[in-house]
Amino acid sequence: MSDINIKITDREGVTHDVVAPTDMSMNLMEIIRSYELAEEGTIGVCGGMAMCASCQVYVISDPGLEPMGDEEDAMLGEAYHVESNSRLGCQLHMSMEMEGLEVAIAPYP
Amino acid sequence: MITTDILIIGAGPTGLFAVFEAGLLKMKCHIIDALPQPGGQLAELYPKKPIFDIPGYPSVNAGELVDNLMEQIKQFQPGFTLGETAVSYTKVDDEWFEVVTNKGTVHRCKAIAIAGGLGTFEPRKPTMENVADYEEKGLEYFVKEPEHFRNKKVVIAGGGDSALDWSVFLSNVASEVTLIHRRNEFRGALDSVEKVQDLKNQGKIKLITPAEVTAIKGDGKVEAITVAVDGQEPFDIETDYFIPLFGLTPKLGEIAQWGLNIEKNAIVVNNALDYQTNIDGIYAIGDINTYPGKLKLILCGFHEATLMCQSVYNRLNPGKKFVLKYTTVSGVDGFDGSRKEAEKAVVKKID
Repeated sequence: MSDINIKITDREGVTHDVVAPTDMSMNLMEIIRSYELAEEGTIGVCGGMAMCASCQVYVISDPGLEPMGDEEDAMLGEAYHVESNSRLGCQLHMSMEMEGLEVAIAPYP
Repeated sequence: MITTDILIIGAGPTGLFAVFEAGLLKMKCHIIDALPQPGGQLAELYPKKPIFDIPGYPSVNAGELVDNLMEQIKQFQPGFTLGETAVSYTKVDDEWFEVVTNKGTVHRCKAIAIAGGLGTFEPRKPTMENVADYEEKGLEYFVKEPEHFRNKKVVIAGGGDSALDWSVFLSNVASEVTLIHRRNEFRGALDSVEKVQDLKNQGKIKLITPAEVTAIKGDGKVEAITVAVDGQEPFDIETDYFIPLFGLTPKLGEIAQWGLNIEKNAIVVNNALDYQTNIDGIYAIGDINTYPGKLKLILCGFHEATLMCQSVYNRLNPGKKFVLKYTTVSGVDGFDGSRKEAEKAVVKKID
């Protein structure tokens, strides 16, 4: 079994229980898009290169995410609505260690 | 007034390649783009990032691809209206459309191809409430005319390449340049960061980090900004110009009001026929369109641009039968008098 269970709260405040595959090279931004939890055109605008922050999420429950890389950190340094628990969804690649992850999608800038 | 066959809205790769395909069919193009330079998101968002799925290029940097496309279309002499946004269109008669930009530039054309990618890139604006009061009154989101800033005081905010590069450039133009960034680290080319460091050491750039601009002040125009530095009392800096360079965000913009069928922030087109919208004579190509099976890939945009041009040709030449030719066979005749063609295989008869 290579799927994990995560909770994603959309921009309307509705929480969705989502099953995410870990064997398809997907990141959290792509999961959000594939489940259509954010309006097309308001998520993953740059395609997942950590260059726009449209996929910013707030980590509510962290089961053990990979540390932030320089590009992600720099982008969040310029983004709006940034909190101490902000991450870019495109930089969070689905792995078994993320079972139980809970995030909320940040407002679209 | 600007007159052309096809008016292309959007100077990204799809829009640029459409110029080439139109040129092969002897149709002239003019391109409108909100950004001050061609290239769309390739030039604006990730010019130094490699792209691996352009046919014939195992790897090509986005900026290099734009340069190559510009070189490829040069002989077809496209016109550009840059730094302006198409806001309205009218159908003048059976033959002509008229498109007007936010700056009042009028374009007449026989067909419109919307190649707007993700939409119009608009500058991400500061969050202060009174921002609109100062726009173009000292608050600038682009540096279009550097001379405009000669011997003036300038405050730039941001941490990316644009903020670094313009700080460097304007240090030789403005009387005073202050660069403010929310963090100590910058997200830019190492060379640019080092140049800013040198200029700071020379006293030509004032650097304030980690800090944020929290207010704009002035009577009818920018006269000062308020800066908040971590752990200090906010203070004001007198300035003639405030240039926040926080990147761009795409919006569908005024085109959304044109009466086009729009679905999930994309323009609905007739799938794989000729990418025409619900309005006769208006096409949508590249990332901005949607149809069953749509893939937002540059190479798909190239294909869509090609079919769009064929369709426009048939619209403009209803009595003519078009015969598909390969450029290898027919060569390419530019509007500038140039001709590119393959060398002849038979060069000399042997008796």
